[in-house]
Amino acid sequence: MRFDYPILSILIFLPVVSGILLIFVSRRFERAIKWFALTAATLTFLFSLPLFMNFDKGTSRMQFIERHAWIDDWGTSYFLGVDGISILMVLLSTLTGILCVSISWYSVKDKVKEFYIALLLVEGFMIGVFCSLDLFLFYIFWEAMLIPMYLIVGVWGGPNRIYAAIKFFIYTLVGSVLMLVGLIVLHHVADTFDLLKLMNTQLPYNLQLILFWAFFAAFAVKVPMFPVHTWLPDAHTEAPTAGSVLLAAILIKMGAYGFLRFSLPLFPQASVAMAPVMLVLSVIAIVYGGLICLAQSDLKRLIAYSSVSHMGFVTLGIFAMNGYGVQGGLLQMINHGVVTGGLFLSIGIVYERTHTRQIADYGGLASVMPIFAAFFMVFTLASIGLPGTNGFVGEFLVILGGFSRNRLSGVLAATGIIIGAIYMLWLYQRVFFTSVNERIAGLKDVSLREGLTLLPLLILVIWIGVYPDFFLSFMGTSVNSLLARLHQGPLDQSNVMNGVISGAGAFVK
Amino acid sequence: MQYYVLIPLLPLSAFVLNILFGKKITNIFGESFKIGAHWISLLGVASAFVLSIIAVKDVMDGHVVNADLYTWITSGNLRVSIGFLIDQLTAVMLVVVTSVSLLVHVYSIGYMHGDKGYYRFFSFLSLFTFSMLMLVMANNFLQLYFGWEMVGLCSYFLIGFWYEKKSAASAAKKAFVVNRFGDFGFSLGVMLVFLTFGTLHYADVFQGLPGIIGQKITVLGFRTDLVTVIALLLTCGAIGKSAQLPLHAWLPDAMEGPTPVSALIHAATMVTAGVFMIARTAPIFNASRTAMVCVMLIGGCTAFFAATIALVQNDIKRVIAYSTISQLGYMFMACGAGAYAFGIFHLYTHAFFKALLFLCAGSVMHAMQGELNIQKMGGLKKYMPVTYWTMLLASLSISGVPGLSGFFSKDEILLKTLASGLPFSGVVWVLGMLTAFLTAFYSFRVIFLTFHGKFRGHGELTHHLHESPPSMAFPLMVLAVGAVAAGFVGIPHSLGGHDAFARFLEPVVGEARSEGSVAQQWVVMGLSILASTAGIAGAAYVYLKKTDLPQMVAESFHHLHSLLYNKYYVDELYDLVVVRLFYRISRGPINRIVDGRIIEGVVNGVPSLIAWSAARLRRVQTGVVLHYSLVMAGGLFAMVVYVLARLWKVI
Amino acid sequence: MVPLNWYIWLSAILFCTGMFGFITRRNLIIMLLSVEIMFNGVNVSLAAFSHYLQDAAGQVLVFIVIAVAAAEAAIGLALVILLFRHHETIMIDEINEMKG
Repeated sequence: MRFDYPILSILIFLPVVSGILLIFVSRRFERAIKWFALTAATLTFLFSLPLFMNFDKGTSRMQFIERHAWIDDWGTSYFLGVDGISILMVLLSTLTGILCVSISWYSVKDKVKEFYIALLLVEGFMIGVFCSLDLFLFYIFWEAMLIPMYLIVGVWGGPNRIYAAIKFFIYTLVGSVLMLVGLIVLHHVADTFDLLKLMNTQLPYNLQLILFWAFFAAFAVKVPMFPVHTWLPDAHTEAPTAGSVLLAAILIKMGAYGFLRFSLPLFPQASVAMAPVMLVLSVIAIVYGGLICLAQSDLKRLIAYSSVSHMGFVTLGIFAMNGYGVQGGLLQMINHGVVTGGLFLSIGIVYERTHTRQIADYGGLASVMPIFAAFFMVFTLASIGLPGTNGFVGEFLVILGGFSRNRLSGVLAATGIIIGAIYMLWLYQRVFFTSVNERIAGLKDVSLREGLTLLPLLILVIWIGVYPDFFLSFMGTSVNSLLARLHQGPLDQSNVMNGVISGAGAFVK
Repeated sequence: MQYYVLIPLLPLSAFVLNILFGKKITNIFGESFKIGAHWISLLGVASAFVLSIIAVKDVMDGHVVNADLYTWITSGNLRVSIGFLIDQLTAVMLVVVTSVSLLVHVYSIGYMHGDKGYYRFFSFLSLFTFSMLMLVMANNFLQLYFGWEMVGLCSYFLIGFWYEKKSAASAAKKAFVVNRFGDFGFSLGVMLVFLTFGTLHYADVFQGLPGIIGQKITVLGFRTDLVTVIALLLTCGAIGKSAQLPLHAWLPDAMEGPTPVSALIHAATMVTAGVFMIARTAPIFNASRTAMVCVMLIGGCTAFFAATIALVQNDIKRVIAYSTISQLGYMFMACGAGAYAFGIFHLYTHAFFKALLFLCAGSVMHAMQGELNIQKMGGLKKYMPVTYWTMLLASLSISGVPGLSGFFSKDEILLKTLASGLPFSGVVWVLGMLTAFLTAFYSFRVIFLTFHGKFRGHGELTHHLHESPPSMAFPLMVLAVGAVAAGFVGIPHSLGGHDAFARFLEPVVGEARSEGSVAQQWVVMGLSILASTAGIAGAAYVYLKKTDLPQMVAESFHHLHSLLYNKYYVDELYDLVVVRLFYRISRGPINRIVDGRIIEGVVNGVPSLIAWSAARLRRVQTGVVLHYSLVMAGGLFAMVVYVLARLWKVI
Repeated sequence: MVPLNWYIWLSAILFCTGMFGFITRRNLIIMLLSVEIMFNGVNVSLAAFSHYLQDAAGQVLVFIVIAVAAAEAAIGLALVILLFRHHETIMIDEINEMKG
């Protein structure tokens, strides 16, 4: 589908340009800056709605394509487009942008101007990541997003923010650098950065393996998958509310999105061969991430670890490599963004009042802030995958996908449901039930602004839970064509280890 | 006219209205007279009840509905819809759910009067009714699962209704989590059903069933029968929801909720969902003898196990809770024996007398200012005659006194179990008989300790003792009629009836495996009458005549008594094995060692390594210009030598 | 006509003189002067080769070197003055702040 105006570019550059414009505004006009940022975010969201309406669900081809010559010599162009895999992520990003501006209204008190600049830049770059169909362009957005995000954590974060920010930055950078090397190799072989052209290039199996692991390094850190997840609790915990929300809702989705957009279609045989490893890592993440939540005493840290568990579901679904799994994984990406975003927003709302994140400092909050308790309850329920909320649909499809691919992985993933219920309800009990802790007595319930911030997510929770078909229908065709690509051609049945070794040999040559 | 869509929808809209505006409505009409909230819920449930009656009539006329409302989830071959199946089984459940729910709503008007969460209570009750209706009206497994989890959620909300009490909050969480253990199996069962049959609609699954009988599946290296695995996984869910061994531990704790909740959710409706599910999937169970025997054994053991605990408990609600577990065991027995219709029959009669027992207990609590210990009651008969007589009828019914509803259903279950001819059916039958005796005994223990003899509580309490208000008394009387007469729809052939109830359900769940010989029929009936009269007489002797006897028995069988009193220490065992273990693993090995030491060790180790080597390499930088210049000169010299050497070669 | 070798020898001698001075002296100004001498040694050879090969590039390079040397001398001397103000000495063995 083509528009007579470049809608994707507008989505990317509206926030970016607004952010740049803000630089020239004097920091004295704090209110104006906030309103300007809110307007920019809202406009971006409004511009993303036509995308939603005019999306053609019947085709797996890229839509709303924009292509302009950029650096011809390198075979790279300014190439944007969305399909069923990315469109919902774009929409989630634009929505999250508004919520982040709104939730920071009073909670960010110093360097207000710079904060909103960073926020808008992140939003624009994130949308860019989801729209890029040129690997070079993708890489630029991917890395550019890191800088304002690093600042958000490092400047407006909690007491231990510097450590968290640097850890986040270096973790991500190490992964990204490997991806860069992979990109260069890929370009060397195929002589183009164009994703669609690359998808038609059949790479040798050994090269695929190397590149798969190079890209894996970048994506796994972002997701984060099991052994490389430890930046997440620190970054989430120290980041300001808006930062946590961005991290949880969008940023960590970029890893999973990367697997779907690049790893699977570009290196199909390698992905199929490596799927067992990925399944094992995903299942570990689900169980391990869930169990570790039981030991947390910090609200945000607990939710951060629960993200590890939930993202385990996403990668499990993706590497189950069947329709249920991939669709479930994609839906779970949206779900996790909505639910964990909502949970972090909620925690931000009480943190603004109490300035403590220790679970032990709460108790009886349901009596003090009943409306807030209701919001939090809905997000909690969605997080534990109760039918009727969005969490259920995603988890069910993922587990079904895992189960039909490998029974044991499905069974183990299903234990995640039990563990999830234990830690989330235990959290809820400690924070909201029992008698009122005097530290939190007399807190005001959510204000209209805060309520309006949470409401869209609440509606999404119920909407996706009751009528997921609406959202699933966006992805169906694209997922099917991806899977068809994945399962075509003769699979290399050679021993996996041999592949790695000979692949490494080929690389050295 | 698709009126049946309204049956769940009306309570749902009542919930939405109440949760959003309930508080406002309350305020409009003033604090003292909270008229708004319950009217909305009452209206919703009452109309659902009326529509249910219409649905029953339609089903009796032969109109079975199986229609999809909309497609819920589509993904590949998976196509799940929200739809309704209204057949004989659903019709029975509709009546049970809406009628008991309606009465509990009415009862709660009085019982919850003045509670600050009044509107919240009614909205959750409505939500529960909606969920339960979705559960019983589902036409596919996933919608069943939806209702299944939703009722669990409502149960969580309502057990933890007084969330400020730590025990209530913990009990609510326990109920949910224990159920999740069952649901774990259930959800896997649903997935296996889908992967086996390619559909989740009951009708299609049952149609495809003959094709997969005999197929094998590998589970943990064992090759077993596919149908058995599916049936056992489904049973897992049923065990959790219906509080059977070994997942029974949550139900007694659930008594922390308000008593109307205990009556509606933890006695009459939600806990019977497990039995309903087994009956609904009867064809699957029928295809697997192993699964049937398992269900039967679980039922028999649970029935006996819970009845023994109920003997010594002093908390009136806990006695009734254990009695519920025990009666659910009977229903499992029936289903396991293939007599699904009679399991459902017992479910149906049990709903009335058990709801009645709980509501009476609530009425007693109301009078006793929240006191639950039956040792501190006594002689309440003269203060609250309505409660006494209705509770007496309920107890007579649960004890299986001939002519009352409990007698017909329990007797049939025992008969069909004995006649089923399955392995272990004899053992289970003996357990069932013993349970019948114990049931009569502990039920009347409660009656005698509560209503007879002298009042043993605080003297000043006697001034407060009074009959409950009409809104509470009225449901008691209606339920009492049910407790007496509900069984008349299923009078067996041997007593000149037509087994009408079982005949009605036959199209859905099939016939029982065997009717049992005439001799069996009479022997079982005789024995069960004997058991119930012996139980009642025993209780009367012990608690009316020789009132010091219980104390003596308890002391002389000290160990047994404390074993029963502490519920076989199951809670302690679970706490030790499951709860502690989880936290231990989480805190120690996972949080501290793997995450804290190993992963963070590597992550923070790499920068430390760099810092360490930098600290050593920096020594090279002496800051003395002379050293630098010497190194430069040396470098230059080396370069010259290299160039000259190359030149030499060339020359 | 002076042969090329002579220029090369002159260039080498100048360069080595400069280097010798740079290594042996401790006074920063003298060291800077030595560096200038080294530059000039290079310049001589550049100019000689330029003439020998009839290529103007060498002379262009000479001008660049002279420009760089001038800039270097200006900044270097400024730094020396600052150092002197700070330490009241310009003997490099008494200044080792660059120690790692």
